Amino acid sequence: MKPSLNIEAVEGKTEADPPPTVKDSELRLSIKTRPENGTPDMSSEDGTTAEPRPKRSMIWDFKARGEPFLWGLGGALAIGMLMIAGFIVLILYKGVPTFYPEPIEVMKLRDGSVVAGEVTRVEKFAPGTDILANLDDKAKEAIAAKQGLAGRTLLKTGNFDLYHEDYRWVNDYEVAEVSEPAGIYMVERMEWGPFIGTIVSLNLQGDILDRNRISPEILRKEQAAAARRRERIREIERTEIAAVNQHMEDERLKLRKTGLSYGQSSSEYQRTEAVFKENSEKLEVQYQDLAKEAVLLKERDSKYAITLADAAGREQTIKLSDIVRFYPANDLTVWKKLEIYFSRWWEFLTQEPREANTEGGVMPAIFGTFCMTVLMALTVAPFGVVAALYLREYAKQGRMVSLVRICVNNLAGVPSIVYGVFGLGFFAYVLGGSIDQMLFPERLPTPTFGTGGLLWSSLTLALLTVPVVIVATEEALAAVPGSMREGSLACGASKWQTIKWIVLPRAMPGIMTGLILAMARGAGEVAPLMLVGVVKMAPELPIDQFFPYIHLERSFMHLGFHIYDVGFQSRNSEAAKPMVFVTTLLLIGLVFAMNAASIMIRNRLKRKFFMGHF
Amino acid sequence: MIRNSDTNGTVYHVQGGPMGTLLTIKDFCLWYGRAQALFDVGMGVEKGLVTALIGPSGCGKSTLLRGINRMNDLIDGLRTSGEILLDGTDIYGPDVDVIGLRKVMGMVFQKPNPFPMSIADNVCYPLKVDGVRDKKTLRDTLENALKASALWDEVKDRLQDNALGLSGGQQQRLCIARAIAGDPEVLLMDEPCSALDPVATAKIEDLIDELRGRYTIVIVTHNMQQAARVSDNTAFMYLGKLIEYGETSVIFTNPKVEKTMEYVTGRFG
Ligand SMILES: Nc1ncnc2c1ncn2[C@@H]1O[C@H](COP(=O)(O)OP(=O)(O)OP(=O)(O)O)[C@@H](O)[C@H]1O
Ligand SMILES: [Mg+2]
Repeated sequence: MKPSLNIEAVEGKTEADPPPTVKDSELRLSIKTRPENGTPDMSSEDGTTAEPRPKRSMIWDFKARGEPFLWGLGGALAIGMLMIAGFIVLILYKGVPTFYPEPIEVMKLRDGSVVAGEVTRVEKFAPGTDILANLDDKAKEAIAAKQGLAGRTLLKTGNFDLYHEDYRWVNDYEVAEVSEPAGIYMVERMEWGPFIGTIVSLNLQGDILDRNRISPEILRKEQAAAARRRERIREIERTEIAAVNQHMEDERLKLRKTGLSYGQSSSEYQRTEAVFKENSEKLEVQYQDLAKEAVLLKERDSKYAITLADAAGREQTIKLSDIVRFYPANDLTVWKKLEIYFSRWWEFLTQEPREANTEGGVMPAIFGTFCMTVLMALTVAPFGVVAALYLREYAKQGRMVSLVRICVNNLAGVPSIVYGVFGLGFFAYVLGGSIDQMLFPERLPTPTFGTGGLLWSSLTLALLTVPVVIVATEEALAAVPGSMREGSLACGASKWQTIKWIVLPRAMPGIMTGLILAMARGAGEVAPLMLVGVVKMAPELPIDQFFPYIHLERSFMHLGFHIYDVGFQSRNSEAAKPMVFVTTLLLIGLVFAMNAASIMIRNRLKRKFFMGHF
Repeated sequence: MIRNSDTNGTVYHVQGGPMGTLLTIKDFCLWYGRAQALFDVGMGVEKGLVTALIGPSGCGKSTLLRGINRMNDLIDGLRTSGEILLDGTDIYGPDVDVIGLRKVMGMVFQKPNPFPMSIADNVCYPLKVDGVRDKKTLRDTLENALKASALWDEVKDRLQDNALGLSGGQQQRLCIARAIAGDPEVLLMDEPCSALDPVATAKIEDLIDELRGRYTIVIVTHNMQQAARVSDNTAFMYLGKLIEYGETSVIFTNPKVEKTMEYVTGRFG
């Protein structure tokens, strides 16, 4: 009775007092400080009842609401988000501008030489005393005024064939004059990196056009024609001759197989040998024709040449078809720059790498990553789901099952390189070796499946990510309401029918979540792949036009490994640096796209299973 | 009137049906692990009639009902003794096919549990289980079951919609339709109306009334009026024992046991 009386009294009193805050706090206080309560609390020990009230109410609030914990939780989340956001921003900041064309600066140095290039970086450094001793007074003063620091610029000079370097540091005190003259071209080449300089003359089958007779239209037209010739030669060499070679190899293997299974002296062998000879003669003729065509094309192609000169006037003549892209770097409008920017992105996404992976595109790596991840998802999904189904639905829950569960969870903590070693040792050498012995004896000692490849990589990663799928699936299965199972069983469905028609569909969104996590983990994994099939440069894609079209045994390229390779294994680390960020951006983008696709599927499923009235 | 202190065994005054007894429960005991939940229950369920199970919460009504179609089998550590005879065969016998048994017994649960599929797929689920593919059979069954459960008019234009989009009462009737679609002999209903409002409850009660004769119905309910309205025979259970089993009108107006009297008049429970 007492508390209610008390509250009423206070409420009655505060109805006269308009401010609601007063009412609120007084109400709370009046309940709390009731002295009639059995155990005396702090306030009664303090003695006075009037003064310390507000303070105590503060403390009480604090504990009861758990505000510090809330701040802690919010803070932890904020820090996590900040780290992720910072990372993404860094990648975007470094990766997105990489392909944007920069102006070319021409620097006249005090010693009379001239350098030209894109400004890559500007920094300050402290020149040593031996350098300072050789400087004139003006430069010394300037450096002294800046506390002994001098500026320097990293120029991307290109012209590796002339200078034997791509980048050059230019100290500020060496520079006499800086300009951005018109007419300087950035010429991206198939080999030797870019050329920076002016166009001197064009040689079109002996018809030499000098500087005055070259118009941008002619240049563009001739370069496009040259690029088409280059593509045609490439097609002949890479596709058509490769097809002939492939057939020849098939014929040879067929003969070898017959030899292995029937013996060299059997009649079968003789017959096959006759066929082989006939076919290989035909193929040889085809090969000769193609080779002749390629030689002719190349001969014609070499008659189109362009002579370039660097900023200092040194001339260099190259084939016109060696040019990938060229533009007058200092005479570009923003639209032109954007056009170049996007054409570079396009090249990056659709072309093969050149120049030890530091130039060109990463299409094989994108394709390899995608194939591997999809294949991994396709293997890990059924495997993980079946394992989880047994664990959750069929196995008798007890100590044994708990033990298995703990083991599965611990598998997720094994370093991924160990999986790589296992994959190489078990999948490639043992499994692959046996497959080779049984199915491809004629190709030995060249391994087919007995070495790293797409299939073994996917399986290794599937093994690596299967705990994630098992745990997620188990949870999803456990979350299927018992009433659904009972409903199905009561209809006379068997356990398997219930699982198949009711439990699994209903658990699908949860299983998809596990699969998404597994894919994200698998797509970003590099270490194990280096052992089981990823290579720096794969000559062929895992899917092509030759039977059986999908070549699971082939080694492939992977974006994650590409990052490592470009960033840390290439001769030209300065050129590789932006590529690292761009490739990272791409890998994140790819993982994001694959996840988004699965999330969309999952949400569609969720909508189906979780609608309803309440 | 038998005094509480004298209660020993069950008092019977069953109204026999025109088609005889379908289910005979004999000395049925059931243990959840070491705890005994049913003590020597013996009763016969009359074919074609509605039998109500009443009693205070926790007295074992659901346990008994789920014992009849062996839904209890799913529970670890469950043990039974005695027998339940369906047409003379013990359903706990060694060579009984539980799946076949459950096909004979449709079950409706306390909470509507439609599957997350279309209305049509829900109703046709028992046929799917049986492997029926014939389109016409499926369509006829669907229509008949929905008509029998008084849902046809409400859903006939949206048979392909998700069943989870129905209201609670509609969902429960859908579950009844699903139970009927399996063409069972017995319908077991465990508090089918406890999650429903009075209008939906009335609809289901009407439905039960209509199904009388076609199916043998066993219904668990906490609602005395409902038991009195829909059932022919009523079994009163208390603490795992069957106290009194007999004609509904007698149980509610003139019970033979004091305990029953106390319960139906609302003095406890
Ligand atoms: N799965 C189980 N494991 C152990 N004990 C159980 C289990 N299910 C029910 N019991 C016990 O068996 C007794 C009977 O339960 P039951 O569910 O049959 O009661 P009920 O009459 O249906 O009650 P209500 O009207 O509340 O639904 C109860 O004491 C209950 O605690
Ligand atoms: Mg119950």
